[in-house]
Amino acid sequence: MTEPLLRVENLAKRFGATLACADVSFVLRPGEVLGIVGESGAGKTTLLRCLAGQLRPTAGRVLYRTRHEGEVDVYAIAEPARRLLLRTDWGIVHQNPRDGLRLEVSAGGNVGERLMAVGARHYGKIRNEVSDWLTRVELDPARIDQYPETFSGGMQQRVQIARNLVTKPRLLFLDEPTGGLDVSVQATLLDLLRSLVGSLGIAAVLVTHDLGVVRLLAHRLVVMKDGRIVEHGLTDQVLDDPQHPYTQLLVSSILPV
Amino acid sequence: MNASSPLQVAPAAGTTEGYNFGYLDEQTKRMIRRALLKAVAIPGYQVPFGSREMPLPYGWGTGGIQVTASVIGPADVLKVIDQGADDTTNAVSIRKFFNRVAGVRTTEKTSAATIIQTRHRVPETPLAENQILVYQVPIPEPLRWLEAREAETRRMHALAEYGAMRVNLYEEVARYGRIAKGYDYPVEVNGRYIMSPSPIPKFDNPKLDNNPALQLFGAGRERRIYAIPPYTKVKSLDFEDYPFTVERWAQACALCGATDSFLDEVIVDDQGARVFVCSDTDYCEDRRKQGFRGAAPDALAATASGAS
Repeated sequence: MTEPLLRVENLAKRFGATLACADVSFVLRPGEVLGIVGESGAGKTTLLRCLAGQLRPTAGRVLYRTRHEGEVDVYAIAEPARRLLLRTDWGIVHQNPRDGLRLEVSAGGNVGERLMAVGARHYGKIRNEVSDWLTRVELDPARIDQYPETFSGGMQQRVQIARNLVTKPRLLFLDEPTGGLDVSVQATLLDLLRSLVGSLGIAAVLVTHDLGVVRLLAHRLVVMKDGRIVEHGLTDQVLDDPQHPYTQLLVSSILPV
Repeated sequence: MNASSPLQVAPAAGTTEGYNFGYLDEQTKRMIRRALLKAVAIPGYQVPFGSREMPLPYGWGTGGIQVTASVIGPADVLKVIDQGADDTTNAVSIRKFFNRVAGVRTTEKTSAATIIQTRHRVPETPLAENQILVYQVPIPEPLRWLEAREAETRRMHALAEYGAMRVNLYEEVARYGRIAKGYDYPVEVNGRYIMSPSPIPKFDNPKLDNNPALQLFGAGRERRIYAIPPYTKVKSLDFEDYPFTVERWAQACALCGATDSFLDEVIVDDQGARVFVCSDTDYCEDRRKQGFRGAAPDALAATASGAS
Protein backbone atom coordinates (compact mmCIF):
# COMPACT_ATOMS: atom_id res chain seq x y z
CA MET A 1 0.00 0.00 0.00
CA THR A 2 1.19 3.52 -0.72
CA GLU A 3 2.43 5.80 2.05
CA PRO A 4 -0.34 7.90 3.58
CA LEU A 5 -0.55 11.50 2.35
CA LEU A 6 -2.19 12.84 5.48
CA ARG A 7 -2.12 11.34 8.95
CA VAL A 8 -4.19 12.68 11.81
CA GLU A 9 -3.29 11.60 15.32
CA ASN A 10 -5.57 12.14 18.31
CA LEU A 11 -6.60 15.57 17.18
CA ALA A 12 -8.66 17.67 19.56
CA LYS A 13 -9.90 21.24 19.48
CA ARG A 14 -11.47 23.11 22.36
CA PHE A 15 -12.96 26.57 22.36
CA GLY A 16 -12.69 27.40 26.04
CA ALA A 17 -14.83 24.86 27.83
CA THR A 18 -16.52 23.77 24.64
CA LEU A 19 -15.14 20.65 23.02
CA ALA A 20 -15.41 20.95 19.23
CA CYS A 21 -13.70 17.70 18.36
CA ALA A 22 -11.64 15.08 20.18
CA ASP A 23 -9.73 11.84 19.61
CA VAL A 24 -9.86 12.17 15.85
CA SER A 25 -7.39 9.86 14.11
CA PHE A 26 -7.35 8.65 10.51
CA VAL A 27 -5.10 8.36 7.48
CA LEU A 28 -5.67 9.52 3.93
CA ARG A 29 -3.78 7.97 1.03
CA PRO A 30 -2.97 9.66 -2.31
CA GLY A 31 -5.95 9.77 -4.63
CA GLU A 32 -8.39 8.84 -1.90
CA VAL A 33 -11.55 10.77 -1.05
CA LEU A 34 -12.59 10.73 2.58
CA GLY A 35 -16.06 11.87 3.51
CA ILE A 36 -16.80 13.37 6.92
CA VAL A 37 -20.49 13.38 7.73
CA GLY A 38 -22.49 14.34 10.76
CA GLU A 39 -25.22 16.75 11.75
CA SER A 40 -24.72 20.49 12.20
CA GLY A 41 -22.53 21.20 15.21
CA ALA A 42 -20.83 17.79 15.13
CA GLY A 43 -17.45 19.49 14.69
CA LYS A 44 -16.99 18.74 10.97
CA THR A 45 -15.97 22.21 9.85
CA THR A 46 -13.74 22.76 12.88
CA LEU A 47 -12.00 19.48 12.07
CA LEU A 48 -11.56 20.52 8.46
CA ARG A 49 -10.07 23.86 9.47
CA CYS A 50 -7.67 22.07 11.81
CA LEU A 51 -6.64 19.73 9.01
CA ALA A 52 -6.21 22.53 6.49
CA GLY A 53 -3.72 24.46 8.58
CA GLN A 54 -6.13 27.25 9.42
CA LEU A 55 -6.91 26.50 13.04
CA ARG A 56 -4.29 25.22 15.46
CA PRO A 57 -5.63 22.13 17.29
CA THR A 58 -5.55 22.03 21.09
CA ALA A 59 -3.96 18.59 21.03
CA GLY A 60 -2.82 15.99 18.52
CA ARG A 61 -0.92 16.20 15.28
CA VAL A 62 -1.63 16.62 11.59
CA LEU A 63 1.13 15.07 9.47
CA TYR A 64 1.40 15.69 5.76
CA ARG A 65 3.75 13.96 3.35
CA THR A 66 5.33 16.69 1.21
CA ARG A 67 6.75 16.11 -2.26
CA HIS A 68 10.36 16.56 -1.29
CA GLU A 69 10.80 16.69 2.46
CA GLY A 70 8.91 13.64 3.59
CA GLU A 71 6.32 13.81 6.34
CA VAL A 72 5.98 17.14 8.18
CA ASP A 73 3.88 18.19 11.15
CA VAL A 74 1.66 20.90 9.70
CA TYR A 75 1.64 22.91 12.91
CA ALA A 76 5.31 22.42 13.75
CA ILE A 77 6.70 23.90 10.54
CA ALA A 78 7.20 27.63 10.16
CA GLU A 79 4.27 29.75 9.07
CA PRO A 80 5.80 30.63 5.65
CA ALA A 81 6.18 26.93 4.86
CA ARG A 82 2.63 26.25 5.99
CA ARG A 83 1.24 29.10 3.88
CA LEU A 84 3.27 27.85 0.92
CA LEU A 85 1.67 24.42 1.32
CA LEU A 86 -1.71 26.09 1.41
CA ARG A 87 -1.25 27.81 -1.90
CA THR A 88 0.61 25.10 -3.78
CA ASP A 89 -0.03 21.56 -2.55
CA TRP A 90 -3.44 22.14 -1.02
CA GLY A 91 -6.72 23.63 -2.08
CA ILE A 92 -9.72 24.67 -0.04
CA VAL A 93 -13.17 24.92 -1.56
CA HIS A 94 -15.45 26.82 0.77
CA GLN A 95 -19.17 26.27 1.03
CA ASN A 96 -19.77 29.89 0.21
CA PRO A 97 -17.85 30.96 -2.90
CA ARG A 98 -17.68 34.48 -1.48
CA ASP A 99 -15.29 33.17 1.19
CA GLY A 100 -12.99 31.65 -1.37
CA LEU A 101 -13.05 34.25 -4.14
CA ARG A 102 -12.01 37.87 -4.47
CA LEU A 103 -15.23 39.48 -5.56
CA GLU A 104 -13.62 42.69 -6.81
CA VAL A 105 -11.33 40.74 -9.11
CA SER A 106 -12.32 39.14 -12.43
CA ALA A 107 -12.68 35.37 -12.80
CA GLY A 108 -9.35 35.29 -14.61
CA GLY A 109 -7.57 37.15 -11.82
CA ASN A 110 -9.09 34.83 -9.25
CA VAL A 111 -7.96 31.70 -11.03
CA GLY A 112 -4.56 33.17 -11.89
CA GLU A 113 -3.73 34.38 -8.38
CA ARG A 114 -2.11 31.18 -7.20
CA LEU A 115 -0.06 30.92 -10.37
CA MET A 116 1.28 34.44 -9.78
CA ALA A 117 1.84 33.71 -6.10
CA VAL A 118 4.17 30.85 -6.97
CA GLY A 119 6.12 32.90 -9.49
CA ALA A 120 4.32 33.05 -12.86
CA ARG A 121 5.33 36.33 -14.46
CA HIS A 122 4.19 35.94 -18.06
CA TYR A 123 0.75 37.43 -18.63
CA GLY A 124 0.04 35.49 -21.83
CA LYS A 125 0.93 32.15 -20.28
CA ILE A 126 -1.08 32.88 -17.13
CA ARG A 127 -4.03 33.81 -19.28
CA ASN A 128 -3.80 30.65 -21.39
CA GLU A 129 -3.61 28.47 -18.34
CA VAL A 130 -6.58 30.25 -16.79
CA SER A 131 -8.65 29.81 -19.97
CA ASP A 132 -7.70 26.17 -20.02
CA TRP A 133 -8.88 25.73 -16.45
CA LEU A 134 -12.13 27.58 -17.05
CA THR A 135 -12.80 25.14 -19.88
CA ARG A 136 -11.98 22.20 -17.63
CA VAL A 137 -14.53 23.28 -15.06
CA GLU A 138 -17.01 23.74 -17.91
CA LEU A 139 -17.16 27.53 -17.86
CA ASP A 140 -17.12 29.65 -21.00
CA PRO A 141 -13.55 31.02 -21.31
CA ALA A 142 -15.04 34.11 -22.98
CA ARG A 143 -16.22 35.17 -19.51
CA ILE A 144 -12.65 35.31 -18.18
CA ASP A 145 -12.82 39.07 -17.55
CA GLN A 146 -16.18 39.10 -15.83
CA TYR A 147 -16.58 39.50 -12.09
CA PRO A 148 -17.68 36.65 -9.82
CA GLU A 149 -20.90 38.46 -8.94
CA THR A 150 -22.07 38.18 -12.55
CA PHE A 151 -21.86 34.39 -12.24
CA SER A 152 -24.53 32.10 -10.79
CA GLY A 153 -23.88 30.26 -7.53
CA GLY A 154 -22.93 27.04 -9.28
CA MET A 155 -20.61 28.87 -11.66
CA GLN A 156 -18.95 30.74 -8.79
CA GLN A 157 -18.29 27.37 -7.19
CA ARG A 158 -16.66 26.23 -10.45
CA VAL A 159 -14.46 29.32 -10.48
CA GLN A 160 -13.46 28.50 -6.92
CA ILE A 161 -12.60 24.93 -7.90
CA ALA A 162 -10.51 26.13 -10.86
CA ARG A 163 -8.77 28.65 -8.61
CA ASN A 164 -7.71 25.82 -6.32
CA LEU A 165 -6.77 23.27 -8.96
CA VAL A 166 -4.66 25.61 -11.10
CA THR A 167 -1.48 24.87 -9.13
CA LYS A 168 -2.17 21.12 -9.37
CA PRO A 169 -2.59 20.44 -5.65
CA ARG A 170 -2.35 16.94 -4.21
CA LEU A 171 -4.89 17.46 -1.48
CA LEU A 172 -8.22 19.23 -1.62
CA PHE A 173 -10.39 20.21 1.32
CA LEU A 174 -14.04 20.52 0.37
CA ASP A 175 -16.41 22.14 2.87
CA GLU A 176 -19.97 21.44 1.77
CA PRO A 177 -19.08 22.17 -1.85
CA THR A 178 -22.67 21.77 -3.02
CA GLY A 179 -24.40 23.49 -0.11
CA GLY A 180 -26.87 26.13 -1.17
CA LEU A 181 -27.11 24.94 -4.77
CA ASP A 182 -30.23 23.50 -6.36
CA VAL A 183 -30.36 19.79 -7.06
CA SER A 184 -29.61 19.80 -10.79
CA VAL A 185 -26.68 22.18 -10.34
CA GLN A 186 -25.45 20.00 -7.49
CA ALA A 187 -25.52 16.96 -9.74
CA THR A 188 -23.43 18.52 -12.51
CA LEU A 189 -20.99 19.99 -10.01
CA LEU A 190 -20.56 16.63 -8.28
CA ASP A 191 -20.04 14.99 -11.63
CA LEU A 192 -17.34 17.54 -12.44
CA LEU A 193 -15.64 17.14 -9.06
CA ARG A 194 -15.67 13.37 -9.37
CA SER A 195 -14.10 13.39 -12.81
CA LEU A 196 -11.47 16.01 -11.85
CA VAL A 197 -10.50 14.32 -8.62
CA GLY A 198 -10.36 10.97 -10.42
CA SER A 199 -8.40 12.10 -13.47
CA LEU A 200 -5.89 14.21 -11.52
CA GLY A 201 -5.46 11.67 -8.73
CA ILE A 202 -6.12 14.29 -6.07
CA ALA A 203 -6.82 13.19 -2.53
CA ALA A 204 -9.70 14.99 -0.88
CA VAL A 205 -11.35 15.48 2.46
CA LEU A 206 -15.02 16.19 1.94
CA VAL A 207 -17.18 17.59 4.70
CA THR A 208 -20.91 17.43 4.19
CA HIS A 209 -24.17 16.57 5.85
CA ASP A 210 -25.54 15.27 2.57
CA LEU A 211 -25.20 11.49 2.43
CA GLY A 212 -25.99 11.48 -1.29
CA VAL A 213 -22.90 13.58 -1.94
CA VAL A 214 -20.59 11.25 -0.02
CA ARG A 215 -22.09 8.19 -1.66
CA LEU A 216 -21.15 9.68 -5.02
CA LEU A 217 -17.69 11.06 -4.18
CA ALA A 218 -16.16 9.44 -1.12
CA HIS A 219 -14.30 6.17 -0.98
CA ARG A 220 -14.28 6.05 2.77
CA LEU A 221 -16.49 7.61 5.33
CA VAL A 222 -16.11 8.99 8.82
CA VAL A 223 -19.25 9.63 10.85
CA MET A 224 -18.97 12.28 13.55
CA LYS A 225 -21.17 12.99 16.51
CA ASP A 226 -20.47 15.52 19.27
CA GLY A 227 -16.92 16.00 18.08
CA ARG A 228 -15.97 12.32 18.03
CA ILE A 229 -15.75 9.72 15.30
CA VAL A 230 -18.46 7.14 15.93
CA GLU A 231 -18.06 5.06 12.81
CA HIS A 232 -15.39 4.69 10.16
CA GLY A 233 -15.31 2.49 7.07
CA LEU A 234 -15.84 2.13 3.33
CA THR A 235 -18.62 4.38 2.14
CA ASP A 236 -20.92 1.67 0.84
CA GLN A 237 -20.31 -0.44 3.92
CA VAL A 238 -21.15 2.37 6.31
CA LEU A 239 -24.20 3.52 4.41
CA ASP A 240 -25.62 0.07 3.63
CA ASP A 241 -24.81 -1.60 6.92
CA PRO A 242 -24.53 1.07 9.58
CA GLN A 243 -23.40 -0.28 12.94
CA HIS A 244 -23.58 2.70 15.28
CA PRO A 245 -27.07 3.79 16.35
CA TYR A 246 -26.35 7.36 15.31
CA THR A 247 -25.28 6.28 11.80
CA GLN A 248 -28.40 4.14 11.58
CA LEU A 249 -30.46 7.18 12.47
CA LEU A 250 -28.63 9.31 9.88
CA VAL A 251 -29.09 6.76 7.11
CA SER A 252 -32.71 6.13 7.95
CA SER A 253 -33.55 9.81 7.96
CA ILE A 254 -32.85 10.26 4.24
CA LEU A 255 -36.15 11.01 2.56
CA PRO A 256 -36.93 8.40 -0.05
CA VAL A 257 -37.50 10.05 -3.42
CA MET B 1 13.72 77.25 26.49
CA ASN B 2 16.88 76.47 28.33
CA ALA B 3 19.76 76.27 25.87
CA SER B 4 21.91 74.31 28.30
CA SER B 5 19.48 71.35 28.45
CA PRO B 6 21.03 68.16 27.05
CA LEU B 7 17.98 67.72 24.89
CA GLN B 8 18.43 71.08 23.18
CA VAL B 9 21.06 72.40 20.86
CA ALA B 10 21.87 76.08 20.91
CA PRO B 11 20.00 77.83 18.09
CA ALA B 12 22.08 78.82 15.10
CA ALA B 13 22.68 82.49 14.49
CA GLY B 14 19.84 84.24 12.74
CA THR B 15 17.19 81.67 13.63
CA THR B 16 13.99 82.22 15.56
CA GLU B 17 14.42 82.15 19.32
CA GLY B 18 12.77 79.42 21.33
CA TYR B 19 13.22 76.49 18.98
CA ASN B 20 15.69 73.65 19.14
CA PHE B 21 17.94 73.27 16.11
CA GLY B 22 15.77 71.73 13.37
CA TYR B 23 12.53 72.29 15.34
CA LEU B 24 12.31 68.74 16.83
CA ASP B 25 13.77 68.10 20.27
CA GLU B 26 16.82 65.86 20.44
CA GLN B 27 14.95 62.91 21.95
CA THR B 28 12.49 62.86 19.06
CA LYS B 29 15.32 63.13 16.55
CA ARG B 30 16.99 60.21 18.23
CA MET B 31 13.83 58.12 17.95
CA ILE B 32 13.47 59.00 14.28
CA ARG B 33 17.15 58.31 13.59
CA ARG B 34 16.80 54.87 15.12
CA ALA B 35 13.83 54.21 12.83
CA LEU B 36 15.91 55.50 9.90
CA LEU B 37 18.79 53.19 10.74
CA LYS B 38 16.46 50.24 10.87
CA ALA B 39 14.87 51.31 7.59
CA VAL B 40 18.27 51.52 5.90
CA ALA B 41 19.22 48.12 7.29
CA ILE B 42 16.07 46.52 5.84
CA PRO B 43 15.57 48.20 2.46
CA GLY B 44 11.92 48.74 1.62
CA TYR B 45 10.62 47.66 5.04
CA GLN B 46 8.18 50.07 6.69
CA VAL B 47 9.40 50.98 10.18
CA PRO B 48 6.77 52.39 12.54
CA PHE B 49 7.75 55.57 14.36
CA GLY B 50 6.14 58.01 16.75
CA SER B 51 5.17 60.75 14.35
CA ARG B 52 4.95 64.19 15.98
CA GLU B 53 2.57 67.03 15.45
CA MET B 54 4.21 69.43 13.03
CA PRO B 55 3.28 73.04 12.32
CA LEU B 56 1.62 72.08 9.06
CA PRO B 57 -1.35 69.80 8.24
CA TYR B 58 -1.07 66.10 7.52
CA GLY B 59 -0.68 65.58 3.81
CA TRP B 60 1.57 68.60 3.42
CA GLY B 61 4.75 66.74 4.17
CA THR B 62 4.79 66.13 7.92
CA GLY B 63 6.62 62.83 7.41
CA GLY B 64 9.23 64.28 5.10
CA ILE B 65 9.78 67.31 7.32
CA GLN B 66 10.41 65.12 10.39
CA VAL B 67 12.92 62.98 8.49
CA THR B 68 14.66 66.09 7.18
CA ALA B 69 14.73 67.65 10.65
CA SER B 70 16.35 64.49 12.02
CA VAL B 71 19.13 64.23 9.46
CA ILE B 72 19.88 67.90 8.84
CA GLY B 73 23.01 69.54 10.28
CA PRO B 74 24.24 73.14 10.29
CA ALA B 75 26.51 72.47 7.29
CA ASP B 76 23.73 71.05 5.11
CA VAL B 77 22.25 72.79 2.10
CA LEU B 78 18.54 72.15 1.66
CA LYS B 79 16.47 72.05 -1.50
CA VAL B 80 12.71 71.44 -1.40
CA ILE B 81 10.64 70.58 -4.45
CA ASP B 82 6.96 70.04 -4.92
CA GLN B 83 5.89 68.38 -8.19
CA GLY B 84 9.40 69.15 -9.45
CA ALA B 85 9.11 72.88 -8.82
CA ASP B 86 11.09 74.92 -6.29
CA ASP B 87 8.69 77.83 -6.32
CA THR B 88 5.35 76.31 -5.30
CA THR B 89 3.76 77.23 -1.98
CA ASN B 90 4.58 73.98 -0.21
CA ALA B 91 8.21 73.96 -1.31
CA VAL B 92 8.76 77.61 -0.44
CA SER B 93 7.21 77.33 3.02
CA ILE B 94 9.14 74.18 3.98
CA ARG B 95 12.37 75.79 2.79
CA LYS B 96 11.62 78.93 4.82
CA PHE B 97 10.72 76.79 7.81
CA PHE B 98 14.12 75.12 7.90
CA ASN B 99 15.81 78.38 7.25
CA ARG B 100 14.15 79.76 10.38
CA VAL B 101 14.45 76.79 12.74
CA ALA B 102 17.84 75.44 11.65
CA GLY B 103 19.46 78.40 9.98
CA VAL B 104 20.68 76.19 7.16
CA ARG B 105 21.44 77.46 3.70
CA THR B 106 18.83 76.65 1.06
CA THR B 107 19.20 76.33 -2.65
CA GLU B 108 17.21 75.62 -5.78
CA LYS B 109 20.11 73.90 -7.48
CA THR B 110 19.94 70.11 -7.35
CA SER B 111 23.70 69.71 -7.60
CA ALA B 112 24.35 72.20 -4.76
CA ALA B 113 22.01 70.54 -2.25
CA THR B 114 23.00 67.92 0.31
CA ILE B 115 19.40 67.20 1.36
CA ILE B 116 16.53 67.37 -1.08
CA GLN B 117 13.02 67.03 0.30
CA THR B 118 10.58 66.16 -2.42
CA ARG B 119 6.94 65.65 -3.10
CA HIS B 120 5.92 63.70 -6.22
CA ARG B 121 9.19 63.94 -8.21
CA VAL B 122 12.80 62.82 -8.35
CA PRO B 123 15.07 65.55 -9.78
CA GLU B 124 16.17 65.07 -13.40
CA THR B 125 19.79 65.87 -12.56
CA PRO B 126 21.46 62.62 -11.41
CA LEU B 127 22.13 62.56 -7.67
CA ALA B 128 25.49 61.94 -6.03
CA GLU B 129 26.75 59.94 -3.06
CA ASN B 130 26.79 62.90 -0.67
CA GLN B 131 23.10 63.65 -1.18
CA ILE B 132 19.99 62.51 0.67
CA LEU B 133 16.61 62.48 -1.03
CA VAL B 134 13.69 62.74 1.42
CA TYR B 135 10.27 61.78 0.07
CA GLN B 136 6.94 62.92 1.50
CA VAL B 137 4.66 59.88 1.51
CA PRO B 138 0.88 60.00 1.90
CA ILE B 139 0.15 56.23 1.89
CA PRO B 140 3.20 54.04 2.52
CA GLU B 141 1.44 50.70 2.21
CA PRO B 142 1.50 49.42 -1.40
CA LEU B 143 -0.98 46.66 -0.48
CA ARG B 144 -3.46 49.03 1.14
CA TRP B 145 -5.99 49.05 -1.70
CA LEU B 146 -5.90 45.26 -1.92
CA GLU B 147 -6.06 44.46 1.77
CA ALA B 148 -7.60 46.85 4.28
CA ARG B 149 -6.33 45.12 7.45
CA GLU B 150 -2.98 46.40 8.69
CA ALA B 151 -2.22 43.15 10.55
CA GLU B 152 -2.77 41.22 7.34
CA THR B 153 -0.64 43.50 5.14
CA ARG B 154 2.20 43.23 7.64
CA ARG B 155 1.92 39.46 7.53
CA MET B 156 1.91 39.56 3.72
CA HIS B 157 5.13 41.58 3.78
CA ALA B 158 6.69 39.32 6.40
CA LEU B 159 5.98 36.21 4.37
CA ALA B 160 6.59 37.92 1.00
CA GLU B 161 3.08 36.92 -0.08
CA TYR B 162 2.68 39.27 -2.96
CA GLY B 163 0.27 37.27 -5.12
CA ALA B 164 -2.46 39.87 -4.57
CA MET B 165 -0.23 42.67 -5.88
CA ARG B 166 0.31 40.66 -9.06
CA VAL B 167 -3.42 40.11 -9.35
CA ASN B 168 -3.83 43.86 -9.33
CA LEU B 169 -1.43 44.22 -12.26
CA TYR B 170 -3.11 41.29 -14.02
CA GLU B 171 -6.47 43.04 -13.69
CA GLU B 172 -5.08 46.20 -15.27
CA VAL B 173 -3.70 44.35 -18.27
CA ALA B 174 -6.96 42.40 -18.61
CA ARG B 175 -9.02 45.59 -18.46
CA TYR B 176 -6.89 48.18 -20.22
CA GLY B 177 -4.49 46.08 -22.26
CA ARG B 178 -1.53 47.50 -20.33
CA ILE B 179 -0.46 48.23 -16.78
CA ALA B 180 -2.31 51.51 -16.42
CA LYS B 181 -0.82 52.70 -13.15
CA GLY B 182 0.99 55.95 -13.91
CA TYR B 183 2.17 57.07 -10.48
CA ASP B 184 2.97 55.40 -7.15
CA TYR B 185 3.97 52.42 -9.27
CA PRO B 186 4.97 49.57 -6.91
CA VAL B 187 8.58 48.46 -6.82
CA GLU B 188 10.45 45.51 -5.40
CA VAL B 189 13.42 46.64 -3.32
CA ASN B 190 16.55 44.52 -3.08
CA GLY B 191 14.64 41.46 -4.28
CA ARG B 192 12.54 41.34 -1.13
CA TYR B 193 10.01 43.97 -0.03
CA ILE B 194 7.40 45.50 -2.25
CA MET B 195 7.37 49.22 -1.64
CA SER B 196 5.36 52.24 -2.59
CA PRO B 197 7.69 54.83 -4.13
CA SER B 198 5.27 57.61 -3.02
CA PRO B 199 3.20 59.29 -5.72
CA ILE B 200 6.07 59.97 -8.11
CA PRO B 201 5.25 59.39 -11.78
CA LYS B 202 6.44 56.01 -12.98
CA PHE B 203 8.79 58.04 -15.18
CA ASP B 204 10.93 58.47 -12.07
CA ASN B 205 10.93 54.81 -11.03
CA PRO B 206 14.10 53.91 -12.96
CA LYS B 207 15.93 56.67 -11.04
CA LEU B 208 15.32 54.80 -7.78
CA ASP B 209 17.35 51.85 -9.00
CA ASN B 210 21.02 51.77 -8.07
CA ASN B 211 20.95 55.44 -7.09
CA PRO B 212 24.16 56.70 -5.40
CA ALA B 213 22.14 58.91 -3.03
CA LEU B 214 20.41 57.75 0.15
CA GLN B 215 16.63 57.77 -0.30
CA LEU B 216 14.46 58.19 2.80
CA PHE B 217 10.68 58.03 2.88
CA GLY B 218 8.58 59.59 5.64
CA ALA B 219 4.84 59.15 6.10
CA GLY B 220 3.71 61.42 8.95
CA ARG B 221 0.05 60.57 9.20
CA GLU B 222 0.60 56.83 8.71
CA ARG B 223 3.66 56.91 10.99
CA ARG B 224 6.00 54.92 8.81
CA ILE B 225 9.56 55.42 7.69
CA TYR B 226 11.29 53.40 4.99
CA ALA B 227 14.43 53.74 2.94
CA ILE B 228 16.43 52.72 -0.08
CA PRO B 229 20.16 52.70 0.74
CA PRO B 230 22.60 53.88 -1.95
CA TYR B 231 23.21 51.50 -4.85
CA THR B 232 20.24 49.25 -4.08
CA LYS B 233 18.43 47.26 -6.72
CA VAL B 234 14.91 48.59 -7.24
CA LYS B 235 12.71 46.87 -9.78
CA SER B 236 9.31 48.04 -10.97
CA LEU B 237 6.79 45.19 -11.02
CA ASP B 238 5.70 43.99 -14.43
CA PHE B 239 5.00 40.94 -16.57
CA GLU B 240 7.55 39.37 -18.88
CA ASP B 241 5.33 40.07 -21.88
CA TYR B 242 4.12 43.45 -20.55
CA PRO B 243 7.41 45.01 -19.41
CA PHE B 244 7.57 48.19 -17.36
CA THR B 245 7.78 51.29 -19.55
CA VAL B 246 7.90 55.00 -18.75
CA GLU B 247 5.87 57.84 -20.21
CA ARG B 248 7.08 59.44 -23.44
CA TRP B 249 5.96 62.72 -24.96
CA ALA B 250 5.63 63.63 -28.62
CA GLN B 251 6.81 67.17 -27.78
CA ALA B 252 10.00 68.56 -26.33
CA CYS B 253 9.92 71.08 -23.46
CA ALA B 254 8.67 74.36 -24.90
CA LEU B 255 11.15 76.38 -22.81
CA CYS B 256 14.39 74.42 -22.97
CA GLY B 257 13.79 71.83 -25.69
CA ALA B 258 14.57 68.87 -23.42
CA THR B 259 13.28 65.53 -24.65
CA ASP B 260 14.49 63.45 -21.72
CA SER B 261 12.57 65.07 -18.86
CA PHE B 262 9.11 64.70 -17.34
CA LEU B 263 6.81 67.26 -18.94
CA ASP B 264 3.85 69.11 -17.42
CA GLU B 265 1.03 70.29 -19.61
CA VAL B 266 0.33 73.95 -18.87
CA ILE B 267 -2.62 75.96 -20.20
CA VAL B 268 -1.30 79.41 -21.03
CA ASP B 269 -4.36 81.46 -21.98
CA ASP B 270 -8.13 81.40 -21.78
CA GLN B 271 -8.36 80.11 -25.35
CA GLY B 272 -7.13 76.70 -24.22
CA ALA B 273 -3.67 77.02 -25.74
CA ARG B 274 -1.26 74.73 -23.99
CA VAL B 275 2.45 74.05 -23.83
CA PHE B 276 4.52 71.25 -22.40
CA VAL B 277 7.31 72.30 -20.05
CA CYS B 278 9.76 70.51 -17.79
CA SER B 279 8.26 69.72 -14.41
CA ASP B 280 11.74 70.05 -12.86
CA THR B 281 12.18 73.84 -12.84
CA ASP B 282 15.84 73.74 -11.83
CA TYR B 283 16.73 71.35 -14.62
CA CYS B 284 14.86 73.49 -17.16
CA GLU B 285 16.51 76.71 -16.04
CA ASP B 286 19.90 75.08 -16.05
CA ARG B 287 19.46 74.01 -19.64
CA ARG B 288 18.30 77.48 -20.69
CA LYS B 289 21.38 78.98 -19.05
CA GLN B 290 23.46 76.59 -21.10
CA GLY B 291 21.80 78.05 -24.20
CA PHE B 292 19.22 75.40 -24.99
CA ARG B 293 16.00 76.84 -26.35
CA GLY B 294 12.61 75.19 -26.93
CA ALA B 295 9.94 76.02 -29.48
CA ALA B 296 8.36 78.76 -27.32
CA PRO B 297 10.93 79.97 -24.80
CA ASP B 298 8.67 82.81 -23.63
CA ALA B 299 5.50 80.72 -23.37
CA LEU B 300 5.26 81.10 -19.60
CA ALA B 301 6.57 84.67 -19.40
CA ALA B 302 3.12 85.91 -18.42
CA THR B 303 2.55 83.33 -15.69
CA ALA B 304 4.08 83.42 -12.26
CA SER B 305 5.84 80.08 -12.43
CA GLY B 306 7.75 81.01 -15.58
CA ALA B 307 9.06 84.22 -14.07
CA SER B 308 11.81 82.72 -11.90
